[in-house]
Amino acid sequence: MAKQDTTGARAVKIAVFLIAALLLFAPFLFQDVRALEVAARICIFIVLVASYDLLIGYTGIVSFAHTMFFGFGSYGAAIALKQMGPGWDAVALGALAGAAVSLVVAVAIGLVSLRVKAIFFAMITLAAASVALVLASQLSHLTGGEDGITYRAPDLFKPATKLLTDADGKVVEWFGVKLNGKIAAYYFVFTSALILFAVMFRLTVSPLGTVLVAIRENEARAEAIGYRVVAYRTFVFCASALVASLAGSVYAVWLKYTGPDTALSFAIMIDILLMVVIGGMGTMWGAVVGAVLMVMAQYYLRDLMGAASEALAGVPLLPDLLNPDRWLFWLGIIFILLVYFFPKGIVGTIMQKGART
Amino acid sequence: MSLLSLEDVRTDIGQYAVLHCISLEVPEGGVFVLLGRNGAGKTTTLRSIMGLWRPKAGAIRFQGEVISGLHTAEIARKGIAYVPENMGIFGGLTVEENLVLATEKGKFDPDRLARIYGLFPALEQFWTKQAWSLSGGQKQMLAVARAIVEPRALILIDEPTKGLAPSIVAAMAEAFRDIARTTTILLVEQNFHFAKSLGRDMAVIEDGRVVHSGTMAGFAADAELQNRLLGLAT
Amino acid sequence: MDRLAEQIGRFGGVNLLPVALALVAFVLIGAPSSWVTLTVAGLAMGLMVFLMASGLSLVFGLMDVLNFGHSAFISFGAFVAASVLIALNHWLVADSVILNALALAFAFIAAIGFGLVAGWLFETIIVRPVYRDHLRQILITMGALIVSEQVILAIWGGTPVTVPRPHFLEGSWIIGDVSIEVYRGFAFVLGALIFVGLHFLLNRTRIGLLIRAGVENREMVESLGFNIDRLFIGVFMLGSALAALGGAMWAGYETLITPALGGEMMIIVFIVVIIGGLGSIRGTLLGAIIVGLTANYVGYLAPKLALASNMILMMAILMWRPKGLAPAVK
Repeated sequence: MAKQDTTGARAVKIAVFLIAALLLFAPFLFQDVRALEVAARICIFIVLVASYDLLIGYTGIVSFAHTMFFGFGSYGAAIALKQMGPGWDAVALGALAGAAVSLVVAVAIGLVSLRVKAIFFAMITLAAASVALVLASQLSHLTGGEDGITYRAPDLFKPATKLLTDADGKVVEWFGVKLNGKIAAYYFVFTSALILFAVMFRLTVSPLGTVLVAIRENEARAEAIGYRVVAYRTFVFCASALVASLAGSVYAVWLKYTGPDTALSFAIMIDILLMVVIGGMGTMWGAVVGAVLMVMAQYYLRDLMGAASEALAGVPLLPDLLNPDRWLFWLGIIFILLVYFFPKGIVGTIMQKGART
Repeated sequence: MSLLSLEDVRTDIGQYAVLHCISLEVPEGGVFVLLGRNGAGKTTTLRSIMGLWRPKAGAIRFQGEVISGLHTAEIARKGIAYVPENMGIFGGLTVEENLVLATEKGKFDPDRLARIYGLFPALEQFWTKQAWSLSGGQKQMLAVARAIVEPRALILIDEPTKGLAPSIVAAMAEAFRDIARTTTILLVEQNFHFAKSLGRDMAVIEDGRVVHSGTMAGFAADAELQNRLLGLAT
Repeated sequence: MDRLAEQIGRFGGVNLLPVALALVAFVLIGAPSSWVTLTVAGLAMGLMVFLMASGLSLVFGLMDVLNFGHSAFISFGAFVAASVLIALNHWLVADSVILNALALAFAFIAAIGFGLVAGWLFETIIVRPVYRDHLRQILITMGALIVSEQVILAIWGGTPVTVPRPHFLEGSWIIGDVSIEVYRGFAFVLGALIFVGLHFLLNRTRIGLLIRAGVENREMVESLGFNIDRLFIGVFMLGSALAALGGAMWAGYETLITPALGGEMMIIVFIVVIIGGLGSIRGTLLGAIIVGLTANYVGYLAPKLALASNMILMMAILMWRPKGLAPAVK
């Protein structure tokens, strides 16, 4: 790349590198269960948000079906693990089945509706996602309905598994952390996320990424130059669906539970939207920053709001709005303000700042 | 004082400057013809006058009053009518509804209606038909009729003869001559013979700039100039 | 084949679709009395959904703005009406039809009033700054939907609210072995009246003429000297008020409402406007009635398929007519 980075862009890259380092050493840096849970969730959501950004940021298509694909992957792995018992064959088969369903559905939706206006596409994906949600709760013999499915992950990931043993057969500790199955599970999540992210990043800097941006900027012109816009869009839609589906499978293995709330609910879709807008559309780095901020907020902001709500008891309506359950209210407002004033999100805005050096 | 004047008007569409520096003086009365090659900025000039694109710089005055920056609807109410290149017919509305929409109070002035019927008899015949079912020529007649339903000081007409049969072009020329007796017409036209037969004054636009202006009689007599500016073989 | 198509066209073309649907259902259901009950229920639902969807469709047609927050008006309408009805419960239980009806009227008026004010606020604060920018439009209206839903949760809580009905709308009419719920009949009549009113407004008034013209070509309407932004605010407010009224009627129909109502109806409303064709009132009515009938027939014949049926219907119609059944002329 001949283009020089701005100081802002460099700052962003340093931040992303720091985040990556923190995630890599998370089990050793933050030694409590909740922190590891947060780190794994961040890994998964970085992939999920990046794959969504591939769609919204690089091609300007708004889909509300992204959680649906995430859900296909999750439920695929979950059902396979439940029916076949814990094992890598179940994980592989489930992930493949989920990916296959995602691909078929994505191609069907893409071919029917990517020809029409962006707005139609948004509506159709919204309708499709809601049908998937209804199906998941109705096919309860397979999906466990509203309760979801609990199952066991492959043995390697059991907390009792000893990755390294010393001479006495006791599990080895590094920096005071036992090298058990939990660590293995985390690094499974981390590595999968890293690979998926790298693949997507490669895609955006390839000639394909340039074509996508050209289509987003001026569809008519791209069409006139000879790019088959519908084909490209369908391809990106499928690719992003595929990544979301795989991320879902990985998350299902980590959580050992899959239900509408963790894999399919519209709340996740809203989370993804918020992350992509907060981080910044059209840049993979934005996905990283957005996912980190939002997941942290989800876990830690609620505590803060609970305290604020109690402090304001007696004031009308405010305590209700500061109730930890109402945290989406505030995020919604932040979201609207961001779309108004910083449509490029945090990363996009920062990357423009500073002189090119 | 001229009816309409453009001073150094610059209009951007998106990030591209389409009009660089347009200065025009359109005197009152008669037909003023705007010539130029495809993509020179003729349509953009009309749209800038109408407020459909906001000029970035420069001023547009109509009857001495600055109108650039006003809302399109306000500009229209000052007495400017616009007949766009695609005619802007409401296809789902009947001929009558298309015309009644252009009246100020929802009622026709009988004299004006009689004049429209006189100029374009086809419109009376298809009065209750939906406009999409009209032929191209009839649609153009409807678009022009809509511009004269109320008294206007200026009518902007964009390429009215495009794709029309010669007989209809002749009828259109007749109608324009009649309209120009009471109303100034600013005409964008590619059909030079049509333009020559109507125009009193004219200007040529090239790459967003006015490169020539003068009388039509003078321009029509100067074959070398025509060839240089319009690429017309004479 | 062409002649057949022509014959169908002469008798109303796509408008015959609901009739065809009803006929097929008649054969499948077999029992005429159940069929009548279901058809009435479907029509009542269709007209309520029409109220909810009409504004969305018109606003899109006129300004190319698709408001993903539209369902907030439906939910708020339902909850505002429910609160008024609960507050006026002593009128509802009074032994006077006039007091009963007054309570209902107040509930509906409150919903409509709310819709008008909220519509105005929504248009000026949320939608105006992002005209002509679809991506940000979708995002911002979605953000507004999130905030509205949270406000509903903060005010009314997450537990279901029971909506009292006026006494005279309780029960059913029994004609032979056919029973028709009174409220459904009422919803049908009110919805039909509003459709007629809207139809009159659009086709017989100057404002309607402007709206129809604006849906086709707003630049030209402005070039004729009309300020379409002002017209748009009016349409937006009208659409919000109709959605709120639809929500209020729906609250009385369901009698038990939860904050999830908006989201559920939104899907149906989207399917309706996609099926009918965005921007046309006639198309919206057609789509709403088809969806209402399908939901009720399928709900009876194959309850498990009820929700998916509308989705399948939408896909099928989109394959057949990508712009919907009766789109506005563009």
